[in-house]
Amino acid sequence: MGESTGEGKISFDVLKIDCEQAAAQIEQSIKTIVLKRFRKRGVVVGISGGIDSSVVATLCVRALGAKRVHLLLMPEGESASTDESTDLGRLLARSLEIEPQLEDITPVLDGTECYARRDAAIREVIPEYGPGWRSKIVLPSVVDSDRFRIFSVIAQSPDGEQIKARLKPDAYLGIVAATNFKQRTRKMMEYYHADRLNYAVAGTPNLLEYDQGFFVKGGDGLADFKPIAHLYKSQVYQLAEAIGVPAEICGRPPTTDTYSLPQSQEEFYFSLPYDRMDLCLWAKNRGVDPADVGEALGLTGKQVERVYRDIDSKRRMASYLHSQPLFSGPLDKESD
Amino acid sequence: MSTNQIQKDVREYVIENLLMGDEEADFSDKQSFLDTGLVDSTGILEIINFLEDEYEIEIEDDEMVPENLDSVENIAAFVERKKNNNLGGQ
Repeated sequence: MGESTGEGKISFDVLKIDCEQAAAQIEQSIKTIVLKRFRKRGVVVGISGGIDSSVVATLCVRALGAKRVHLLLMPEGESASTDESTDLGRLLARSLEIEPQLEDITPVLDGTECYARRDAAIREVIPEYGPGWRSKIVLPSVVDSDRFRIFSVIAQSPDGEQIKARLKPDAYLGIVAATNFKQRTRKMMEYYHADRLNYAVAGTPNLLEYDQGFFVKGGDGLADFKPIAHLYKSQVYQLAEAIGVPAEICGRPPTTDTYSLPQSQEEFYFSLPYDRMDLCLWAKNRGVDPADVGEALGLTGKQVERVYRDIDSKRRMASYLHSQPLFSGPLDKESD
Repeated sequence: MSTNQIQKDVREYVIENLLMGDEEADFSDKQSFLDTGLVDSTGILEIINFLEDEYEIEIEDDEMVPENLDSVENIAAFVERKKNNNLGGQ
């Protein structure tokens, strides 16, 4: 593994940023990209009431002015956090003095049989799953053992009884594929409005999500520009406070906002809470010895090694998600 | 069924189903799936499913560890142990 930095203990201080400078740099970049590079009239931002979309929307308004920012609220019927997301999205929009456009994507999801397909996949392992049931998929902890992280589905009956079942490959892929309709439908809606307004679409991933493939290809992974993809999630929170994102949004724990049972991002994807993941990612990028990171996090070196391994594993998977289309031969074009 | 035969069957399964039939894939039976990225997390899920169906064993959550599943060789030894335990329990 890497060498200790030998420069003193690792701490969360390594992730501190100069927020004023960071905001100014991003705002200038937004202007350059949107107005000069793409020659678009403004930006579309899908807002979820979460920290990332709130920061992106706020930076876009600061860069371009509220008149050039179109905010979309895109709830769907069954996500456990839909009401909270919509309320916080509206709170953000009020703070920016923008009237958001509401696009309920539930009818589209019904039309693509998103819910029916997902439910059929769950029934492969929980035959009694049906109307009135709620569900989420979860992974075991990565720090607590060397176990392979295999997804299970947790389903809750209308009576409140919970059943947990390990997912077989077809069921797992079926659930993910069906659920991905949600992110892809939202992106389709964003591009509809971008096309009719001649705007660009802003993506909202932070570095942790971008690096680790926590997005849907062709869904929230698709955008014309991604103004906070270079910031660790902890840094996005710092920036949020500095640029005046409402406190209720800054204080909201990250969720996936995807499944009908409440689901944290650690349950679904990451090994640790975001601030600890950030530090591990930062440290791994610099070859820091796991023991040194462990000391900062109250974990053993072995536990951090497991996180490092999980980071590598996710990066391998993410390379497909990041990949642009590949061609079978050189494209004929004008020579320079 | 001998461990050697299990090892051959598992190797064939990995090549056919996870490496898309790439007979020229250069990997040893000792090679770690995790460390080399030869098999991803969905692939491990497929391997578990294959082992349970093919060898009529039930793999418990706490058995899904690298010592048991992280290479063709480890898998073969694990399956052999499971089958011997099953026979011993009859």
